[in-house]
This record gives sequence, C-alpha cells and structure tokens, in this order.
Amino acid sequence: MASITLKDLVKAYGQIEVLHHVDGHIHDGEFVVIVGPSGCGKSTLLRMVAGLETVTAGEISIGDRMVNTLEPADRDIAMVFQNYALYPHMSVRQNMAYGLKIRKIAKAEIARRVEEAADILEIRPYLDRKPRQLSGGQRQRVAMGRAIVRDPQVFLFDEPLSNLDAKLRVQMRLEIRKLQQRLGVTAIYVTHDQVEAMTLGDRLMVLNGGFVEQFGTPIELYDKPATLFVAGFIGSPAMNFLATEAADGSLVLGNGARMAGGGSTEGRVTLGVRPEHLVADEAGDIRITVGLFEHLGANTLLHGTLEGTTSELIASLPGHVSAAPGSVMAFSVSAGLAHLFDPETGTRIET
Amino acid sequence: MIENRPILNLVSHLVLILGIAIVALPIWITFVAATHDAVRMTQAPIPMLPGGHFWANFKQTLFGAGLSGSEAAPVWRMLLNSLTMAMMIAVGKIAISLISAFAIVYFKFPFRMGFFWMIFITLMLPVEVRILPTFEVVADLGMLNSYWGLSIPLIASATATFMFRQVFLTIPDELLESARIDGAGPLRFFWDILIPLSRTNIAALFVILFIYGWNQYLWPLLITTDADMTTIVMSIKQMLEAAEQSPQWNIIMMTALLAMIPPVFVVVAMQKLFVQGLTETDK
Ligand SMILES: Nc1ncnc2c1ncn2[C@@H]1O[C@H](COP(=O)(O)OP(=O)(O)OP(=O)(O)O)[C@@H](O)[C@H]1O
Ligand SMILES: [Mg+2]
Repeated sequence: MASITLKDLVKAYGQIEVLHHVDGHIHDGEFVVIVGPSGCGKSTLLRMVAGLETVTAGEISIGDRMVNTLEPADRDIAMVFQNYALYPHMSVRQNMAYGLKIRKIAKAEIARRVEEAADILEIRPYLDRKPRQLSGGQRQRVAMGRAIVRDPQVFLFDEPLSNLDAKLRVQMRLEIRKLQQRLGVTAIYVTHDQVEAMTLGDRLMVLNGGFVEQFGTPIELYDKPATLFVAGFIGSPAMNFLATEAADGSLVLGNGARMAGGGSTEGRVTLGVRPEHLVADEAGDIRITVGLFEHLGANTLLHGTLEGTTSELIASLPGHVSAAPGSVMAFSVSAGLAHLFDPETGTRIET
Repeated sequence: MIENRPILNLVSHLVLILGIAIVALPIWITFVAATHDAVRMTQAPIPMLPGGHFWANFKQTLFGAGLSGSEAAPVWRMLLNSLTMAMMIAVGKIAISLISAFAIVYFKFPFRMGFFWMIFITLMLPVEVRILPTFEVVADLGMLNSYWGLSIPLIASATATFMFRQVFLTIPDELLESARIDGAGPLRFFWDILIPLSRTNIAALFVILFIYGWNQYLWPLLITTDADMTTIVMSIKQMLEAAEQSPQWNIIMMTALLAMIPPVFVVVAMQKLFVQGLTETDK
C-alpha cells in the first residue's frame, strides 16, 4: 500500500504540451477517479504513473520512491486496460500467472494466489479457458484477477468498464469498489463518465485540456465547483448558467428581473443554478417560459427559457407537473445554492 | 449462392470433374510410367494403366545408381540434399525475418527507417538478378558444393520480413504494455507472446518457403559440381539428357514421384495452420 504524489507533472509530445503542471497527492488506500472529456489527458496521466509514458518534467512518487525512470514492472503497480489486453494464446490461469512466473515465484505459491483471486472474482470455472471463449464481463474479471494476483501497491484502471453493457457496468462498478476496499489498495481510475466517477471515487480529479480543474470529494465538487467547467461537468442534468449583472448585493438577470445575491461583487458574473435547486415559488424572481416537459416518473424536467429572453433553462421538479407551453412559471433558489463565476476566467466567486 | 437448379448443378460438376482430370492426368501418367519397365515405356502408345514393376523401379531409383550407366548419386542422396536445402532456407528465412521484423516494429534505433528501406530494396533483387556477384561471393567464401552455399543466398530476402512486420503491427500495443507491467523484457515478450501469436503465420510461411526452396533449380545448378551435392529437381533435368541413350522414363518418373512426396507431405501436414495463417485476421 502506498500513497502517490504528483509534483508539477508535465507531458509534451514534441512541441505540444498535453498535460500542464499537474499536482496532486493521493493517500494510501484512497480511490481516486480521474475524469474529464475525451482527449483531456486522462489516459496520458495514468500511463505516466504506470511507467508506460515518459515524464517530460516533474516528479511521480509511489510511496517514498521517486519512480520517474523506473520500468513499469518495478513500480509495484497493476493496470487494467480498456480492451483487457489478455494474452490470447494463454489460458485464464496462465494469463494470471504470467507476471508471477516472470518474477520467479514458486509454483505452489503461484497456484495458491491464482486460485484465491479466482475465488474472489468467481472465475474459477473458467480457469482453463482461453480469453476468446469468455464473455466481455468475464474477460473483465480475468483482467482484474491478473491485477490482484500481483498483490501490487497501486491499481490503475483505464476505462475498464466502457466495453460492457449498461447493467453489467453498474454491477462491475460496485464490485471494483468492494474489491478495492477489501484489499485496501490505492487505486487510480480513469473514466469519462461522471456518474461512474461520482459513485466510485473517494476523490475526483477533474481534468480539462491538460489542466486540473479541481481535485476533491464528489460532494465538494457538487456543492462548491471551483470552475465553470466543473460546474457544468458534474451533475445531471447539467447546471444552468445565466449571464447577470451584480450590483449592490443583488443580481440583475437578462430580462431585468432582480434577485438577491452577489454579496459585494460588482459587474458581470455568471450565475449557476442546478436544475434540482430551482424551487417553484409564486413570488420567485426566476420566471421561466415553459417549453416542454419530460416526465421521468419520480420527477419532471422542465425545459424552458428565461421569460423575455432566449437563455435556456432546465428545472427538475419533484413529482408530476405540467403546464401549457408558453405559460410562465416562477422559481426561486435559496442563497447557498446559487453559484457565481467570473465569466472571464471561469473561476468561482465566493460571496 | 444457394440455388437449386439441377442443370446448373450438373454442368458445374462436369466442369469441375473435367478440371480435375486435366490437372491429375500428368500425375497419373507419371505414376503409370513409374510402374513399367524401361522397354515398355519406349513403345507407343504409352500405357495408361499401371504395370507390375513399381517395387523394382522404386529400389533401383532410390538405392541404385538411378539411371543405369550414369555416375549420378543415388536418389535418396539427392532427396536428402533437397530436404536439407529446403529446410535450411525455410527455417533460416523465418528466423531472420522474425528477428528483423521484431527490431523494426518494436525498437526505436537510429536509421530505423534506413534499415527498413534497405531490406525493402532487396525485394527487387531476387537471386536470378544478382546471380553473378552472388556466385562470386559464395565462391570466394569457399561455399561451393556445400549446404551453406546452397541456402544462404536464398535466405536473404525481404518478403518474409514484411509479412511478419504486418503481423506484428496487428498485435495491439496493450499486449506489449501489459507484458511490460508483468515484467517481461523484450526477449521474453518476443518468445512468450509474439512467436505464439504468429504461430499460424509462421506455419503458412514455412509451407511456402519450403516449396520455394525445394523447387530451386538455377542456383543449385550453378554452384554444385559435385555429384554428391546435386538436388533432386536439377537431377530430373539431367536425367533427361543423360548419356546418348533414349530417356529411361520409368526411372525418371519414379524420381519425379519421389520428388513430389516431401512438398505434398508438408502441405498436408500443415494444411490447417496454413489456411488459418492466410485467412485469420484477428488477434
Ligand atoms: N503519441 C502521441 N503523440 C501526440 N499526441 C498524443 C499522443 N498520445 C496522445 N496524444 C494527445 O494527448 C492528448 C491526451 O490524450 P489521452 O489519450 O490522454 O486522452 P484521454 O483523456 O484519455 O481521452 P479519451 O477519453 O478519449 O481516452 C490528446 O489530445 C491526444 O491527441
Ligand atoms: Mg483514454
């Protein structure tokens, strides 16, 4: 078990820098999810920790060892790939044992570890099959098994569930989490799926364009997004953003309506409100022209525009609600749930 | 096409049978000729049904001096020579190509592309084109009348290197990465993963190269002067021109039959892998 420290990490391919000065500390036994849109550098960062990509600048430490120049095999890590990367010509048993065999671990010990892992993952019946004779989910388990038998300090996962169907994904997600807790191994998990990230991670590192936007617990990210990007990325449906003008402790919306908030801020600010935080309120300041409703059963999504403007808004309302298209509904938002951002830099404004 | 048209079926079967007959006829005549005595074969019309001299011809060809009245080596010796040459060419070529393809695909070294193109250029230089300089080199190295002289110049070629390069490129990078994490060094990766994954391609190439080596004519003719080093393919031609007598068809045809056996055996034995190697794409 070990902590991982990233210090001022930079990765460049030729002249193009794809990761910019990434810092972060991952505690011993912690499950950290790296999340972000496609091409933001998640895999690159993970592969640098694994030792599959060279480090352009900065430092990676696992435990108290600086591992920048260590071979992957010497870093005491195990990695699960998106396409599983099982050796096609070896049986499941051989796949799991291969790394141990190279390490010259005694035969009896290898057999013991492989069977133990097979029991944990319930793949014992398949031990003598070839990977091509397994379903996607079973291959996924074998890939995990290969990681477990190594008894590493760190698990690395690169979108390990993205080839599975939705139901299996949810089930495997839970299993990965349980397994990691049971083994107490530090884990880094890459995904572009924010739901997966929120449910799995002790902490999330949100990457965007090679920058770390925020590194915190799921609740911190939800309650206090540090940037516009994080605010829009975390939560579903996504947060509503409205351009407003702050003056004298109140915010002027695009249609001229005033609502309390903004504190001592002056000038243009972006107001962010999550759809589930818009509360129907006759006296509310946010008046929405009804577009259409989506009935999800437990709640109803209202798609509309801010009255008198074309700014689109979504409100998530409990239970069943309906109203004629074109009619106007009023909403309010409680003070703590309105987020303000600087429209230029995208950073959060504390009020 | 799944159609049920009796006339079409009949016609296509006839065409197929005719085709097989045309292809098989020379082989049948070869076989028939190898079962008669020398005198019968000189009389017209030539027989179309087997005679009773198969074992006599067989013994004389394989263990006797072959053609009566010639100083050629016995045919078993030539078969052995051909077999050795074909095996050396097939195995040597596969071994060298595997290693060079491995280097080109998996290692970054200075002038990598330069070496790649150098190998590529040898594609345009088959033995026939470079025969004089190659002969000079082989002669100067004292390899005339030796197995090395027979096989080494034919081993150097690029086709197999290309094929293995292509095969290696289809193997996902993640396998290499996974092996690195498992602690496999380059040689282990080569041996434990690349070779088993290219197994069917190796088999297909072995079949092709074995037959290529077995059928060599020009090069062995040029560099072997010693009767003990002649190969079977060149000897058949020599037998036809032997002495001033009329050709001894029974012996020549028996030699031809014997010469067909090893390639046929290789093809039949490796058929399954051979077909897989040429058709399967996914790794
Ligand atoms: N070998 C390379 N050479 C040049 N650029 C590269 C190379 N590998 C990756 N990149 C670039 O680095 C950036 C980050 O790639 P990376 O694979 O880390 O993205 P990702 O966040 O994992 O995306 P995805 O969710 O699609 O897997 C991309 O813009 C990509 O174009
Ligand atoms: Mg990726």
